[in-house]
Amino acid sequence: MHFARSWRQQSSNLRLVGSRCTSCGAILFPERIRCSGCGSTELEDHRLSGRGTIFTVTTVFEAPRGFESQVPYFAALVELEEGPIICAMLTDVDREDVSVGKKVTMVTRRILAHGDDGPIIYAYKFTPELAG
Amino acid sequence: MKPTRAVGVIGYGGYIPRYRIDAAEVDRVWRGSGKKEGQSFKAVPGPDEDTTTIAIQAARNAMDMASIDPNELRAVWFGTESKPYAVKPTSTIVADAIGALPHANAADWEFACKPGTEAMQAAIGMVGSDMARYAMCGGADTAQAKPGDVLEYTTGAGGAAFILGPGQESVAVLQASTSYVTNTTDFFRREGQEYPNHGQRFTGEPAYFHHIRSSVMTLMEEIGAGPGDFTFAVFHQPNSQFPLRVAAELGFARNRVEPFVLTNLVGNTYSGAAMLGFAKALDVASPGDRILLASYGSGAGSDAFSYEVTDKIVEVRKRGVPIERYLKRTKSVDYAMYARYRGKLRRN
Repeated sequence: MHFARSWRQQSSNLRLVGSRCTSCGAILFPERIRCSGCGSTELEDHRLSGRGTIFTVTTVFEAPRGFESQVPYFAALVELEEGPIICAMLTDVDREDVSVGKKVTMVTRRILAHGDDGPIIYAYKFTPELAG
Repeated sequence: MKPTRAVGVIGYGGYIPRYRIDAAEVDRVWRGSGKKEGQSFKAVPGPDEDTTTIAIQAARNAMDMASIDPNELRAVWFGTESKPYAVKPTSTIVADAIGALPHANAADWEFACKPGTEAMQAAIGMVGSDMARYAMCGGADTAQAKPGDVLEYTTGAGGAAFILGPGQESVAVLQASTSYVTNTTDFFRREGQEYPNHGQRFTGEPAYFHHIRSSVMTLMEEIGAGPGDFTFAVFHQPNSQFPLRVAAELGFARNRVEPFVLTNLVGNTYSGAAMLGFAKALDVASPGDRILLASYGSGAGSDAFSYEVTDKIVEVRKRGVPIERYLKRTKSVDYAMYARYRGKLRRN
């Protein structure tokens, strides 16, 4: 079980909290201690909107350990409207609805459960914007 | 009961999973006929959904509508009877997800299908006593039913969240609330058991009907109102018949109740049922409308509320997600996929 690791990642997993460099303005995700753009260590927490578009996507049939029960699922690179591109699973979507450039929004879902008696990890996935 | 300071709903939101199973499909598997009376579907949580994720989305939708700083919430209270953790609050995860921690009270409430409205009464008290400016309450469930049981035809999934705040900021101001509670065992789930047990017809007259009639009649007496004074009435909805029958017994016109009975579309969402109906009523209400909300929880009790809709509803609800959108977002699954999604298939 990874009590400490999942606890440390909660703000990123549940609220998409990343970092904003106060020197160059870069938005980074997940949280960093040094800016990958200018090298500054002057960073502050920055909550991302959760809105983005699919940058690229693939279907996973052979999943890593812990994710076997979810196959087949879509793994995507999502370009957030603030700039960062993050790797995330898509949910509540069918193959015919998945395409590069499609608008998606962040939702919180069960990512992983450590057996029947271990902790449940909740984190971000992305889903197509709800039709109006 | 009413607080000394005016209190009301400043934002609300609901959530219903995307998947649906037809009651006829359940019937096909367990009775072989595939027959059903009328339209009857229930919402099925996806393989990565549970009560926590449903509550989080409902809470986010409520926060978007209320448009307040989450740090101003002093309570995040959710009611459910399908907690993903037996020990570990769902509400702390919800509160974290909406950014309301750490200076908030977070707790899970339990009273069969009515913990959400209990939390609503407590939130009204908290805001009404000026202990808090805002407090969130809600109810959500992935309703459990023993495979093949009559309950399995209707047990759905969904939830709703409400943010209570000062009356002058509200889209609907509370007029009064009552509770009627007795020690009546009509439906229960024992510790360690996966599925609930119920008393068949005993869940009707001495349980659901008696308690709702009692809470609503007490409420109407307290505020000097009759059924004709309410534009809409929302009742707990374990099936589509009970709320219409109790409404008729109390004198409410069918057309003021039926649009908010969602059971044929999403099933009985337990703690979410009456609250989703209330959210749907607020979605279509006009300023000046009065809405009656009456929950029911086995064990047994009913909480009744009278709200008056304000002018603010017109602008504020534009920031929210109408329940109708979730009702229209559907994907049918057969019993096999339902069994997989609900974790009824064990691989080890």
